[in-house]
Amino acid sequence: MSLVQILFYVMAFITLGSALVVAISKNLVRSIFMFFVTLFGLAGLYVLALADFVAVTQIVIYVGGILVLILFAFMLSGKEALVAAEKQSSRFISLGNIPAFLLAALFLVVMLNVVFKADINNLPWVKQAIATKNVVPVNGTGINNIGVNLMTRYLLPFEVISVLLMIALVGAAHLSRKEAAEA
Amino acid sequence: MINLNDFMLVSVVLFCIGLFIIVSKKNAIMILIGIELMLNAAILNLVAFGKYDRINNGGQMFALFAIVLAAATTAVALAIILNVYRRYKTINPDKINQLKD
Repeated sequence: MSLVQILFYVMAFITLGSALVVAISKNLVRSIFMFFVTLFGLAGLYVLALADFVAVTQIVIYVGGILVLILFAFMLSGKEALVAAEKQSSRFISLGNIPAFLLAALFLVVMLNVVFKADINNLPWVKQAIATKNVVPVNGTGINNIGVNLMTRYLLPFEVISVLLMIALVGAAHLSRKEAAEA
Repeated sequence: MINLNDFMLVSVVLFCIGLFIIVSKKNAIMILIGIELMLNAAILNLVAFGKYDRINNGGQMFALFAIVLAAATTAVALAIILNVYRRYKTINPDKINQLKD
């Protein structure tokens, strides 16, 4: 077993374990901070999938942006959220959770079936990519190529998403402003 | 090297945990976290397959756009949650049952 594989299993364990804690924990703050750990584990998995730029973006945007936003929303929505969270029953599989648990478990079975039936490692285009040496190399960075592609092949989506980000910004600011006096 | 199946398995389990959180939790913020987990499971797949596209970087590019879209979605969703809290004094989605006051 090589070092890369061991690292992969460690990262996968961290990711899935902390995601499970997010699901099980009754304490909302603890859930949010375990979500933090999940995101870091996922960034590690991205590095192991040879996508270092995506991993850095994940850390900057998710951990730096989204998580801070979630914490803000949690603090601004007051103590009632905490009280409501305490009131939930303390067991993982309680009566209210059985439908959710069943749904998730059955979905897991279906998707595992799909993954094993799909025979991913022998997909035609994957084989072709390996044959034509179109695989990201382990020892070089692809960031240069990402930048060039972003400004040529993916220029239109890049511009569209910038407009969409501005719309989201304006929309969020508009939604969260104080209402006018007559409202 | 790690093969694609391993990444797929991790992402399938992550997706199902996200689904469980969305259906079982009684708190809008937790539901948002569940949605983020499912999104991240999808992004993990994109990145894992993106390894086999060195020239066009299709998978990694799509993953980057998905991350940015997730950020935009979260900002708007949290603004909505704050508004809902201001009006109903709760963020339990089961108790929010009026479109109009």
